[in-house]
Amino acid sequence: MRYRIVAGSNVPIFRQIADQIARAVATGDLKIGDSVPSVRQLARDLVINPNTVAKAYSDLVANGVLETQPGRGYFVSKRRQVFTKTERLRRLDETIDLLISQSVSLDFSVSEVIDRVNELFTQKLSVVHD
Amino acid sequence: MSKLAIEANGLTRYFGTKPVVKEVNFSIPVGSVVGLLGLNGAGKSTIIKMLMGLLEPTRGTCSLLGVESTSLGPDERSRIGYTIEGHFLYSGMTVRGVEALQADCFPKWDSLLYQTTLQRFGISPNERIRNLSRGQRAGISIALTLSSQPELLILDDPSLGLDPVSRRALNETILSFMEPGDRTVLLSSHMLDDIERVTDRVMIMTEGRIVVDSSLPHFVSRLSIWTCECSEPLDRVHIPGLVSRRQVGRQSSFVIVDVDEEAQQALYRLGGDSVRQEESTFDEGVMAYMSRSRSAASLISS
Repeated sequence: MRYRIVAGSNVPIFRQIADQIARAVATGDLKIGDSVPSVRQLARDLVINPNTVAKAYSDLVANGVLETQPGRGYFVSKRRQVFTKTERLRRLDETIDLLISQSVSLDFSVSEVIDRVNELFTQKLSVVHD
Repeated sequence: MSKLAIEANGLTRYFGTKPVVKEVNFSIPVGSVVGLLGLNGAGKSTIIKMLMGLLEPTRGTCSLLGVESTSLGPDERSRIGYTIEGHFLYSGMTVRGVEALQADCFPKWDSLLYQTTLQRFGISPNERIRNLSRGQRAGISIALTLSSQPELLILDDPSLGLDPVSRRALNETILSFMEPGDRTVLLSSHMLDDIERVTDRVMIMTEGRIVVDSSLPHFVSRLSIWTCECSEPLDRVHIPGLVSRRQVGRQSSFVIVDVDEEAQQALYRLGGDSVRQEESTFDEGVMAYMSRSRSAASLISS
């Protein structure tokens, strides 16, 4: 997998890395038990400060996406829930807020959006389970 | 507590009756890469010259590697690498020649490192300095500084006038210098993208004072940007935490640090339904602090 970042974006560099890994896990490009590059290696490849990579990885560990094995590095962890129900809802709502405002400005009705979500959900999940 | 590479206490410098650096305090632990930002004339180079012991403070003190700057001896100086603004080199000499000249002064000279750094910048050792581009000259002065194997690196605007390839080479060079983990870099620059990539902490100066001293992720997360169309005159409403505001047509844009209930209420009083929160970026945050008003809130986290 190829990681890419841009400086000067409205997404901080550490979050760009975390987002790419989380997305790769969600789509199945990274599978449970797969390793990700070492902090030092990824920092060198992207020409960025290693602390930035370390911050991305520790956020992913806190979110349950990665786990660390001392001396061996970081791996994609078995899916586990680290958040409370309320927190999970809060995070989901954040994304839905965005979806709603986009849908309104692009002139989609609620039922159109729900149909589309259903469609894409099945598509993505079938990829993961293949 | 970890060891300090750089420390400044109440550091102040006047030129004539004009204060250029005012009561500056900071401490940089070993192992950090710190970006020093500010407009031209904000006092960055003056601070660096005082740190290096090239300029005496009017008041206050500063020290490098635990030794007061005004009494740095040859022994400490050989552990500190410093590149001055503008990359001065003797133009008649060859790339190899300037190495020979410099190497004599440093006991731990690493010739291999000199060559690897030159390669990054695409420079051949037989070339004469006068035939090199500005980026290549910067490469040589960085290579000269690094090859003495310093523990502390102080770079005064090293990326000034560099092309994108040389900037990348410079970033790589700084990061690979840091790899052993017990080294420290202080870097002044105007290249915000490079600062965002390479450093883990930023200090921003305006008018001789340090107004931001923060880790990079902290800096961006504590700032927020808001826009609205104002119905009331701006100066009638006080917004706590306001860093700067800008007018674009009828839209006003506000950068606010640690936004709270009170600040949001003030915004809604000004703009009503037109108030929007925008995504904040590192660049905008830095820019806001550089152009902030005198009374603006500062952002210092330990």
